[in-house]
Amino acid sequence: MTKLESKIPDGPLAEKWTNYKAHQNLVNPANKRKVDIIVIGTGLAGGAAAASLSELGFNVSVFCIQDSPRRAHSIAAQGGINAAKNYPNDGDSVYRLFYDTIKGGDYRAREANVYRLAEVSNNIIDQCVAQGVPFAREYGGLLDNRSFGGALVSRTFYARGQTGQQLLLGAYSALSKQIGKGAVKMYTRREMLDVVKIDGRARGVIVRNLVTGKLERHAAHAVLLATGGYANVFFLSTNAMTSNGSAAWRAYKRGAFFANPSFVQIHPTCIPVHGDYQSKLTLMSESLRNDGRIWVPKKKEDAEKIQKGQLKATDIAEEDRDYYLERRYPAFGNLVPRDVASRAAKERCDAGFGVGSTGLAVYLDFKSSIARLGKNVIEARYGNLFQMYEKIVDANPYETPMMIYPAIHYTMGGTWVDYELQSTIPGLFVGGEANFSDHGANRLGASALMQGLSDGYFVLPYTMQNYLADQITVPHFKTDSAEFEAAEKEVQERINKLLAVKGDHTVDSFHRRLGLIMWDNVGMARNKAGLEKAIEELKALRKEFWQQVKVPGTNDGLNVELEKALRVADFLELGELLAYDALNRNESSGGHFREEYQTPEGEALRNDKEYMYAAAWEYKGDDQEPELHKEPLIYENIEVKQRNYKTA
Amino acid sequence: MDLKLKIWRQPSAHADGKFVDYQVHEISKDASFLEMLDILNEELVNKGEDPVAFDHDCREGICGMCSLFINGRPHGPDNAITTCQLHMRRFKDGETVTIEPWRAKPFPVIKDLMVDRSAFDEIIQAGGFVSIATGGVPDANAIPIRKQNADLAMDAAACIGCGACVAACKNASAMLFVAAKVSQFALLPQGKVEAKERVQKMVAKMDDLGFGNCTNTYACEAECPKEISVTNIARMNREFLVAKLS
Repeated sequence: MTKLESKIPDGPLAEKWTNYKAHQNLVNPANKRKVDIIVIGTGLAGGAAAASLSELGFNVSVFCIQDSPRRAHSIAAQGGINAAKNYPNDGDSVYRLFYDTIKGGDYRAREANVYRLAEVSNNIIDQCVAQGVPFAREYGGLLDNRSFGGALVSRTFYARGQTGQQLLLGAYSALSKQIGKGAVKMYTRREMLDVVKIDGRARGVIVRNLVTGKLERHAAHAVLLATGGYANVFFLSTNAMTSNGSAAWRAYKRGAFFANPSFVQIHPTCIPVHGDYQSKLTLMSESLRNDGRIWVPKKKEDAEKIQKGQLKATDIAEEDRDYYLERRYPAFGNLVPRDVASRAAKERCDAGFGVGSTGLAVYLDFKSSIARLGKNVIEARYGNLFQMYEKIVDANPYETPMMIYPAIHYTMGGTWVDYELQSTIPGLFVGGEANFSDHGANRLGASALMQGLSDGYFVLPYTMQNYLADQITVPHFKTDSAEFEAAEKEVQERINKLLAVKGDHTVDSFHRRLGLIMWDNVGMARNKAGLEKAIEELKALRKEFWQQVKVPGTNDGLNVELEKALRVADFLELGELLAYDALNRNESSGGHFREEYQTPEGEALRNDKEYMYAAAWEYKGDDQEPELHKEPLIYENIEVKQRNYKTA
Repeated sequence: MDLKLKIWRQPSAHADGKFVDYQVHEISKDASFLEMLDILNEELVNKGEDPVAFDHDCREGICGMCSLFINGRPHGPDNAITTCQLHMRRFKDGETVTIEPWRAKPFPVIKDLMVDRSAFDEIIQAGGFVSIATGGVPDANAIPIRKQNADLAMDAAACIGCGACVAACKNASAMLFVAAKVSQFALLPQGKVEAKERVQKMVAKMDDLGFGNCTNTYACEAECPKEISVTNIARMNREFLVAKLS
């Protein structure tokens, strides 16, 4: 039986990572080229890890779903990346970044991992600057910082509203350097459909060539999944269209435990839903909350008139506006963490004070900042975001407040990994959003980029090497073994089965229905009855999918409907586990809000006595209940408290 | 609104392609252009026909995956946006919309509206990086950089690698794409160290791959969704000349 072993090194918190590196096993340079590594995904974690591992001398093969390793969804992160540099001299430190991250995560993350993340955050900024990432600078030539939610210091580095793009292009340039040298083999337009295990260890993958439809076998001594999150289980999210949970889900079905799937982040500032043909939601960076003030009308009759189109935002007098975040959380104001801001918006809209034609929106207003700083300054800071908003909504945010509403954005849950970022399948490592490790129940803004690059540049190159040290005498694996044969056959059968259904409903129609069940019952507010209902509905929908889905075409060539069908088939199962985990967790923490568990003021109410653990689920068979393994979370360096953003 | 669509259909790289007419009905003016194509594809699937293949991913104008030559312009009639940011309010009820793939020899068609842009990756692999490995780098504030230069580098670095510049150019030149990367690094002290080698390698690779020459029509700048300026091309030419002369 697999046992959870977090492998946290001994010693004081601040020395754990240093001690680990000092005592870990290494592979000598001549032996590194005898060892093969597969990396799936070329976002920040995958791209950075692939480049760094290849620079060390390992043989690296990299796979991505897009047409180029420059396009993974890390690219869409707008606002910035945190680091504990304390350049502004405002009291930041490694400990404070660690503390804010643990607190922001509502005390559901592992101390040692988070401390390491805070520790290497500074190296990331150095690395990116050396790569030629054009971060924003002051007139004196030094780097500029801004503030993000959940922090009282300015520790966020940024490149206009395109920080994710610039960091990803940095990792892409490092990866391209290695590809150009012939040190990395790059495979584009490939999707991973299974992990191959030999003698209990991960030794390869089955991928589908999306252009030819051909299934391919690839073998290695170790496999790294950096395949992002599973937010698209909700159909509408801010994730890219191809972002999916299949790699992680296939690993789960091969024995990698899946942790805290119910910890999903709902981002407070997205453009509201506008029609049933809508394909995705667009995020407006959290950085906007630096200068934008969030409000709804104080009077319900004003809100109703706005909903009917009889009044405009600009018609509401200053004294009739309710800046509800500033009212409820005087210390953090508009910069409360994302889960808190999202729930506060939902509370106002549910109470009837929402704006827009649906009543499901609040205002984000720049009027006072424009008056204070001038339009030029606001344009320099957020010009591209304002343009993006105007193109979608057809309204000018310099003149009228933006309308925003929360949307599914990020998944804190993911494949369970130990301190070395290794899953419960030996040799299968998981980095970036795909793992569960650093953000607990809620991620702070500008911390996803930090974690992806921390895992990729500074953690995995060490920990994977530690694992590979005793693998140097293991010869390169061949792909004609029985294990590869069997794995490929299973994938082929799954494809054949989907093509053979020949039902009446498109894949998207199932995906939309899945999304609605998830959003209504497993979204921003959850309760026991709703979750139980959702699980039943999901089971029924899964059954219907396999009887009714319509996948045209064949497997011989490009077939986008087939790609989507494979992903939705996995999402239907993953959604059920998500609901199951939410039902199991009888508390509210971070992004997981159970209506039964709240304070009289409507804040999330944790139950530390019974739920201070990471829930790692083990797959037991398609119609079996998964088995829960608990990893207790032990806080030795931080006092566990009720989160408070009302006072400093 | 109702629209007539003329869409380029081509089953595979080596097959012949042709325009096929379609109609879509009752499209909301608030729908995005790609959502309009989603609706068409859902109808095609329901009728048992092969849906139209097109590249897209982030649908917020940053990944560079979407392409499409719409009514004779890369990324359609609006300036400074990608196809995924284009909304149907830009079209009139009853209008005929022609949709083609990027057309350039170095970007062969894969299927329908999808093209292979791996030539861009090859150009970057030839020299579009700073030759440093992970670790052992100086503190991020060790080298101050003039804000004006950092801003110009950022203007150039905003390129999303979509290929609209090549599609817009009558010579299928990749000068704007290459110049953006060369400029970004030439403007920063970290990139200056190997600026001479970089510009020569990247230009040589661009020529090898069959991209055409620049004849200063500025069509690339006009169609670039990120408004990358042709002054970057001037900077690249200067860098190239200096590298050749020294």
